Amino acid sequence: MSIIIVDHLVKRYGDFEAVKGISFQVDKGEVFGFLGPNGAGKSTTIKILCTLLTMTSGKALLNGYDVNREPLKVRQSIGLVFQDYSLDDRLTAEENLYFHGMLYNVPRALLKERMEQVLAMVELTERRKDLVRNFSGGMKRRLEIARGLLHHPQVLFLDEPTIGLDPQTRSAIWEHVLRLRDELGITVFMTTHYMEEAEHCDRIAIIDHGEIVALDAPKALKEDIGGDMVTVTTTNNKQLAEEIRQRYGIPVVEDGTVLRMEVEDGASFVPRLAVDFAGMITSVSVHEPTLDDVFLKTTGRAIRDELLDEKERFRQRRLGRRRGR
Amino acid sequence: MLESVLKTIYVIWYRELIRFFREKSQWAGMIMQPTLYLTFVGTGIASAMTFRQAPGGTPVDYMTFIYPGIIGMSVLFTSMFSGISIIWDREFGFLKEILVAPVPRWAISVGKALGIGTIVSFQGTILLILSPFAGLSLTLWTALKVLPICALVGFAIGLLGISIAGRMESMQGFQLISNFLTMPMFFLSGAMFPLHSAPQWLQVLMVIDPLTYGVDALRNAIYAGIPEAQAILQHSIAYDLSIVGLFSIVTAATGVTAFNRQG
Repeated sequence: MSIIIVDHLVKRYGDFEAVKGISFQVDKGEVFGFLGPNGAGKSTTIKILCTLLTMTSGKALLNGYDVNREPLKVRQSIGLVFQDYSLDDRLTAEENLYFHGMLYNVPRALLKERMEQVLAMVELTERRKDLVRNFSGGMKRRLEIARGLLHHPQVLFLDEPTIGLDPQTRSAIWEHVLRLRDELGITVFMTTHYMEEAEHCDRIAIIDHGEIVALDAPKALKEDIGGDMVTVTTTNNKQLAEEIRQRYGIPVVEDGTVLRMEVEDGASFVPRLAVDFAGMITSVSVHEPTLDDVFLKTTGRAIRDELLDEKERFRQRRLGRRRGR
Repeated sequence: MLESVLKTIYVIWYRELIRFFREKSQWAGMIMQPTLYLTFVGTGIASAMTFRQAPGGTPVDYMTFIYPGIIGMSVLFTSMFSGISIIWDREFGFLKEILVAPVPRWAISVGKALGIGTIVSFQGTILLILSPFAGLSLTLWTALKVLPICALVGFAIGLLGISIAGRMESMQGFQLISNFLTMPMFFLSGAMFPLHSAPQWLQVLMVIDPLTYGVDALRNAIYAGIPEAQAILQHSIAYDLSIVGLFSIVTAATGVTAFNRQG
């Protein structure tokens, strides 16, 4: 059963078409990953599904409710964790939850019990009386996830939930997310820049220039690439990229300091390459396709560049805020 | 639906109070500013000139005259600048949490304005404690009349602040616009000098200043036991409060739509 149905969704800002008529469905209980370069239309799509932005044309149903016509019912059906923190840091953890429970009209009799449940789930029970401003980034994120679940939503939206967090915290948050899916059967719709995280998703959609360019299970997407990925460092990338293209008739992508190519059989290709370009190749590696390769192939950009951009943006914003305060 | 709206209004009001009482600097500012005005400006002007302008020829102490005006001023400043919390909330992301909640947006504005109204009544209480310094001895009954007036004026002006802040991107922008509004509202309200003695053109401006009626309502309540001060009053308290009530309907109309365009 589909819990999210998006049908020819278009969003236009003046002449610029940010989302170009995309369609997809998300099944109940799946972890759905939404990937794409910055400015590809990810955030716009999420905002429309969360009723924070109106679409130009098309249709979207969430939990059976029309996003355009029944925004309040859609909002009641979803939990949100935004890219930026959205807690009141002058309130305690418990007060933030209470506030949320009241806004989502959780019955009074249930609220206390639910608060205890979600706090225990994210292991913040002992810090419940502390002001959020004294929390670490990971604790804030966990509290936000707890808050997003307090009203038992059907779909949990996570927009870059692990950005700016250390690896331990990231994997802890993933554990929570996967447990939610398994224990509560909740649907998780998320965006991420970390490819190793996207591997956890049941299905991934890659969006680029406002269009969906790939949509499948991570395994299937990788298998689509077929062959092996060969990465080469050379003495002259520009020249060699062109020569390799001409000699073997395969596409070569210049990715930072390396050249990447996709070949049928890596093991037999490498010796040929080494002989043909003797002295110009400084190192070679062969690996099976990863989601990075899928991303690179479908969007023409490496996700790592995106990640750096994103981290930089995040850092800048935090600095800006501190100054502003 | 009704239950959800009431819960929203309540919890937004509640948060406004928690945040206020936790912020010690807000407390300090709220007490210091009116105290300074009362002691320095009030005493200074009172001693620099004999206050002759009370109509009817009855000499009223300037401190007695300015005291309700200072309460009006504090209510005006506190409630207008409370709107800035919306800009803080947007800056720190919390506004999103409120905007995606399944509640009508007008309830958010109303909850906030009620919170502001409550806070300015606390402020009024503190100022009432200072009344002996203005040479007034007020009864409990007077206090009970002053506080709801403060709350009503605070609610109306709070909504004005909300409607400005909800449409503003930056702190600076908000401060500029709200200063631009509060200063003339304060000066023209009759808080510092009486309407009667002002030149004609100034009187016209004073009549259209909504705060004039708020200050006059406060005077009505505070001068209840002081016969010689009655001549300062301009209207009945009922008239004053209806004008302030009308004003709050106008600001409510702009304030409740403050978040509608937000995304």
